[in-house]
Amino acid sequence: MTARLADPGALVRYRETLGTVRSARRGAIAVCVGTGCRANGAIGVYEALQAEVNARGAAREVEARATGCQGFCQGGPLLLLVPEGIVYEHVHIEDVPEIVEKTVLGGEIVERLLCVDPATDLRCRREEEIPFYRDQQRVLLRDNGLLDPTSIDDYIALGGYSALTRALEMGPEAVLEEVKRSGLRGRGGAGFPTGRKWEACRGAAGDLKYVVCNADEGDPGAFMDDALLEGNPHSVLEGMIIGAFAMGALEGHVYVRQEYPVAVERITRAVEQARELGLLGEAILGSGLCFDARISRGGGAFVCGEASAMMASLEGRRGVPRRRLIHLSERGLWGRPTNLNNVETWANVPQIVLKGADWFSSIGTEGSTGTKIFSLVGKVTNTGLVEVPMGTTLRAIIFGAGGGIPGGKEFKAVQTGGPSGGCLPADKLDVPVDFDTLEAEGSMMGSGGMIVMDEDTCMVDVAKYFLRFLASESCGNCTSCRDGLAILHDLLGDITEGRGTRETIALVEELADTVEATSLCALGTSAVNPVLSTLRYFRAEYLAHVDDKRCPAGVCKALISFSIDAARCNGCTLCALRCPQDAIAGEKKQPHTITQGLCIKCGICKDVCSRDAVLVQ
Amino acid sequence: VGAPVSATRATESGRIAAVLARYPRHDPGDLVNILHDLQAEFRYLTEQAMQETASCLGLPRAQVYGVATFYHGFHTEPRGEHTCTVCMGTACHVRGAARLLEQLERDTGVAAGGTTPDLSLNVEEVSCVGACAIGPLVILDGDTHGHMTADDLSRLVKKLLGTEGRK
Repeated sequence: MTARLADPGALVRYRETLGTVRSARRGAIAVCVGTGCRANGAIGVYEALQAEVNARGAAREVEARATGCQGFCQGGPLLLLVPEGIVYEHVHIEDVPEIVEKTVLGGEIVERLLCVDPATDLRCRREEEIPFYRDQQRVLLRDNGLLDPTSIDDYIALGGYSALTRALEMGPEAVLEEVKRSGLRGRGGAGFPTGRKWEACRGAAGDLKYVVCNADEGDPGAFMDDALLEGNPHSVLEGMIIGAFAMGALEGHVYVRQEYPVAVERITRAVEQARELGLLGEAILGSGLCFDARISRGGGAFVCGEASAMMASLEGRRGVPRRRLIHLSERGLWGRPTNLNNVETWANVPQIVLKGADWFSSIGTEGSTGTKIFSLVGKVTNTGLVEVPMGTTLRAIIFGAGGGIPGGKEFKAVQTGGPSGGCLPADKLDVPVDFDTLEAEGSMMGSGGMIVMDEDTCMVDVAKYFLRFLASESCGNCTSCRDGLAILHDLLGDITEGRGTRETIALVEELADTVEATSLCALGTSAVNPVLSTLRYFRAEYLAHVDDKRCPAGVCKALISFSIDAARCNGCTLCALRCPQDAIAGEKKQPHTITQGLCIKCGICKDVCSRDAVLVQ
Repeated sequence: VGAPVSATRATESGRIAAVLARYPRHDPGDLVNILHDLQAEFRYLTEQAMQETASCLGLPRAQVYGVATFYHGFHTEPRGEHTCTVCMGTACHVRGAARLLEQLERDTGVAAGGTTPDLSLNVEEVSCVGACAIGPLVILDGDTHGHMTADDLSRLVKKLLGTEGRK
C-alpha cells in the first residue's frame, strides 16, 4: 500500500514514478468494457487478449487494459491501440491471436477490423478519421479510452488530481470565481448556473455542509453519467473534492442508480483509493481541507433525481419531493446547507480549474458554454455517446456522428430531454442544441438523452409510453400528478385503441395544462411535455388515429392487421411454426394466410420472415 | 430441506445480523443501502429482516416498510430463482421492447413485476440499463442479450427453464 500523499509535491513525485513504469511499455491495447460492449462479449475479448499477450511474451511491450465506455457503442466490442489511435471494431475472441501477432508484434494493421467510412468506402486507420468521432470534441470522454477505471494510478499518471492541487493554490474564492466565470450550467437537466449555486451554498450559515453528486440517471435512453462513473470515476470525485473546497463542505454523497452495479463498484473503489492516498479524509495533501465521501445506492425511483426527493432518500425516507420554500443550499440534507450537482457537471470542474474559465467559455455558445455528452440512441445508424460543443445542430449530431437513419427509412423525430422533454420534427433539425433554444422549441436539454425516431415510430404511442413511465414513477404526493398522469395515459390509450374522438384530444390538452400548472415538483410539471410537444408537431398523426382509426406508422395494435403477401411468400412454413396462436395456415411451398380472428398481432411472423412477405396495414 | 424451523430462523437472524454489522454507525441514512444488502442475501425483504433493520437503526417499522414498498428496487414477497428483465427504456421501446414483454408475459402467464407460482422465474421490466446500442435487450440472470426478437426471447426462456419443445 502506498503511503498518504503528504503535500502537493508528494503527488507530483508519485506521478513521476508512475510515468517511469508506463514509459517502459510501448503502449496499450484498450478494450472497451462499457455497458454496451460488455453486453456484446467484450470481457471475453479482454481476457483472451490478456492471455495472448502474456503467452506471446509481449506483456513488457504492451498492456492489455479494460476501459470504460469509449463512446462508439455501435462498433462494439471496440479496441483502441494506444498511442497509435488505431480503432478495431466488432472484435471477437477469434480475432485476438491475429491482432497480437500482426499489430502488437508485427506493427501491422489488421485491415478487416477497421471501421469503414460509408461516404468514401475507405477504411479508417485512426480514431479521428472515423465519421462517428470526427466532429466530436471529447473533453470529458477522451480519457475513458486511456485509463483503467479501477486504477487511481492510471488517473494520476494522466495528470489526475493536479486540478485539486491547482485549486488548493488558488484558494476557495478564486475557484468559485473561476467556475462562475466559466458559465458552466448544470448538466442534469435544469441548466442552472453552477457557480451561482455554489456561491449560495458557500454563503449559507452552518459549519457542516454537504455536497451531493446526482448519479441517479433515471432518464430511459440516457447513459452519459453511467459512462463517466464507470469509465473515469476519479474525474467526478476530483470535481466533488474541489467543490467541497470552494464551498467549505465536509461531507459528500454520491447517489448512484442501483441499476448500474458496475458504476456503484467503480465509484466505491475510487473513494477507497482516494482515501488511502490521503486525497480524501483529514488535511488533504497537507492543506486545511477535510472532506470525505460516501456512496449511497438508489432504490429505483425516477423521482429521486429531483433534488429534495434525493435528500429524503439519503436520509432513509421515501423519496417524496418537498416544497422548497427555503433553498437546499441553505437547508438541504439533514437540514444543512447542501449543494447538489449532476455527474457530468462535477466532471467538468477539474477541467475548468486546470484550463481556466476562458478556455471553457470559448467552447459552445454564449449562454451554454462547454461541451455536452449526448446519448444518441434509437433509430440511428451509429448508436453511442457523442460529446460535442454546445450549440451543435441536431442535424450535425444525428446525421454527422450518428450517420443518419438506418435501413433507408425517413427521419421522423428526435426526442431530447428524457421523459420531461419533447419530440422535435424534421424541420427543427437545424436548431442548435443548447439549453435555451431547445426549451423555446418545446423540448429541453435534460441530461442529454437523444432518441431518434423514424417513420415506423408512432408519435401517439411514444407519448403514451412516456406517460406510462411517469405515471408509474409519480411519488403519489400531488393529486394532479398521481391521478392526472394516470388519466392522461388512459385517454391516450383510448386514442391508440380506436376509441378516441376529437374531444379526447381536447380533454388531453386541458388536463395536461392542469397537471403542468398544479404539480409540486418538476416530475409533474414537465411530465406533459412529451404529450404537448407531439400534439404540437405531429397533430396529423393524432387525427389519423381518431378520425380515420388508423395508425400511420403501423404500431398501435388495435388499429392494424397482419396479412401475408401471396406474391412474396414462398411457403417456407417458418411463420406458421413460430406463430404462438396457430393463426397461420398453408401448404409447404404455397402462400400462407393469417386467420384474423386468431391473430394477436405479436409480430413474430414479421420478425422471422426472410422474404418481407408479412404486411402490416 | 430437513433443517428444523428453529435452526432456519436462527440462520436468518444470523444472516441479518451479519448484514447489519456492515453498518456500525446505525445511521438512518444507510437504510436504502442496508435494504439492498438484505435483499441480495434473501432475494426479497423478509418481515424479520425489515423488523430487525428498524430496531437496529432506531426507526419506526412503518418507515422501513414504507421505504421498502416505495422504491421499485425492493420486493417484500418471495422471489423466484431466475430473473428475466426486459429493458423498457425509450431506445428499446422504439425498437419494439413492448412486444418482447408481451411475449414473455404470454409465455409465463405472469405480468411484469410478478413471479411464476413455482418460484422459477421473476418477470421484470427496467427503464434503461444504458446498453441502448444493442436494444431491444433482455437481461437473463445478469447476462445481457441484445438485438432480441420475441421469438428469440421465447426460446431463451424455455431453454433456461427446461421447457423446450413446448409451444
